[in-house]
Amino acid sequence: MRRKLAPYLLVLPGGLWLVLFLVVPLVFMASVSTQEGDVVYGFAQTFHFANYTDALARYQTQFLRSVGYGLVGTLAAIALAYPVAYWIAFKGGARKSTYLLLVLLPFFVSFVLRTVSWKFLLADDGILLQPLKDAGLLPEDFHVLATSAAVICGLVYNYLPFMVLPIYVALERVDPRVVEAAYDLYAGPRESFTKIVLPLSLPGVFAGVLMTFVPMTSDYVNAAILGGPSNTMIGNIIQTEYLTNNNYPVGAALSFTLMAVMLAGIFVYARALGTENVLEAAAR
Amino acid sequence: MTEIQAGKEEAAAAAASDISSVPAIELDEVVKEYQAHGEVVQAVKGVSLSIAEGEFFSMLGPSGCGKTTTMRMIAGFEDPTRGSVRLHGRDVTDVPPNKRDVNMVFQSYALFPHMNVWENVAFGLRRKRVPGAELRRRVGEMLEIVDLTGREKRRPREMSGGQQQRVALARALVNQPRALLLDEPLGALDLKLRQAMQIELKRIQREVGITFVYVTHDQNEALTMSDRIAVMNDGLVEQLAGPREIYERPATKFVAGFIGTSNLLTGTAERFDASTVVVRLGEGDRVLVPVGEGARTGGQVEVTVRPEKIRISREEPAAGVSAVRGTVAEVVYLGTYNSYAVNLAGGAEFTVFEQNANDSSITAERGDPVWLSWQPHHSFAIGS
Repeated sequence: MRRKLAPYLLVLPGGLWLVLFLVVPLVFMASVSTQEGDVVYGFAQTFHFANYTDALARYQTQFLRSVGYGLVGTLAAIALAYPVAYWIAFKGGARKSTYLLLVLLPFFVSFVLRTVSWKFLLADDGILLQPLKDAGLLPEDFHVLATSAAVICGLVYNYLPFMVLPIYVALERVDPRVVEAAYDLYAGPRESFTKIVLPLSLPGVFAGVLMTFVPMTSDYVNAAILGGPSNTMIGNIIQTEYLTNNNYPVGAALSFTLMAVMLAGIFVYARALGTENVLEAAAR
Repeated sequence: MTEIQAGKEEAAAAAASDISSVPAIELDEVVKEYQAHGEVVQAVKGVSLSIAEGEFFSMLGPSGCGKTTTMRMIAGFEDPTRGSVRLHGRDVTDVPPNKRDVNMVFQSYALFPHMNVWENVAFGLRRKRVPGAELRRRVGEMLEIVDLTGREKRRPREMSGGQQQRVALARALVNQPRALLLDEPLGALDLKLRQAMQIELKRIQREVGITFVYVTHDQNEALTMSDRIAVMNDGLVEQLAGPREIYERPATKFVAGFIGTSNLLTGTAERFDASTVVVRLGEGDRVLVPVGEGARTGGQVEVTVRPEKIRISREEPAAGVSAVRGTVAEVVYLGTYNSYAVNLAGGAEFTVFEQNANDSSITAERGDPVWLSWQPHHSFAIGS
């Protein structure tokens, strides 16, 4: 009897924690998302599902922009992270853990602080651009901040380690003798990579995409600090609706829409490009 | 005619047209040095070999003797520090593995985990751009040879060790390499399967007629399958000969000790006649050793005898044989034979095997004084 209960007892503390701080607020928010009213006279549950359509109609642009930034940022992160992970896994030698620590080092500094320091660096009259402008290398009205590029660069910078780590883990697990076997069977360096190393590391890329695309798309710090009025992401809108406009129903509706879009996207992605499918395609 | 037969005939024709009969593989004073903790370590200290076309050649030795490194230099995974590697007369010392016409069966098989059996076996042919119809035929035939027909769609991890082993073999052999390199390919299998695969490997080798270079630390494996064996120790070849000679006439003390069980006696070579040397062992015992096996008058010699060549008896044996006295220390019944541990008067410990041919009664009990005798030509003197 006791033995049968033990696993449940183990899951209890964590389970309670999640129920308390995730499930309860979610249910509460779901309820709020269909209410009507305002902060002065209070909100009432009217099952006003139009909150969703209204919010989406109003903030369609920001929604699409967020997904776009997330996609571009994720692709850029793959392009930057893969060579780094590859180099650490295969050429890192005895210092692998040192290099991994270096990749993780930015995490020891607050997320906001790191982004603010980017703002300082890239300011129109900052230490990077002003000297170049003085030297006449850049036009006087040139700016980096408040552009899509600045926001995407910030996103990639902040989430890069989440792409490096899973790819590294996948590459690290590739048996070097399997790669040797490919060479032995007449594959050159390029074919050994495309036919063996790359397919075997795709599960890592897959995990990296999940770990970066979702937080990038719902991020609001980078857009708030590095972006301008024309780079607002859906995260900023939700923040404004909640904290500035006190329009809780619209904020909640947007949050749920974002969540649904993410879940659907991940589901489609996993079905279309699941590890097994990817490997099968690569084997041909 | 199957592709395999065709391949064999081609190889035979090629061998016949080669009047000089160029060896399949030649190593010329190959040395491999590593840098380890700031020190230079020599894994291979100067190995020269010549392996003939169609030969089953084994490199046998304990771990760390340099046999695997030597094989990896033939495959091209290691560059020799000095010396050269030739395949069919062509110097390939600087040729990368993917451009060498040899294939390797790896110790852990190193199958491609994301590919099924068919794709694994087809990998090499696809890289060589073999056209579709021929590729399908050759892969199909090879899977038939290794008895894996019907399992084409299996992934390596869904197969047993023995099946994976055969996939690895098929994946290499389907390319009809000029030589196949096998790095302890049976090491991960259990004894029964290993013995079955030894016979299987030998059969496949005869069938395809390809040169096999086989690395193993298992003396039985090497003795069973090989045409010739290079016994390696500490980066050097100690002896290169056929299995029978390696066993019956080990060239060095190391070979005698590594292959099978050997009994060792130290003595002084006393006098010769035309065909034998008398070796005095101290204690008044003398043994006879054939001339020309390393014995010199007055010199210290080591004499070895295999345990199954020795006759154990309670009575003093007739003259004309080598005989020593001892006391039985242990008797072990092993089914087909009895194994005796005998302490000799001179201090050496001998192992003697006695066949249970007639009945299973034993000649002597523990503590009994016995005579050990053998024909002089069954013993030999070796240098150290």
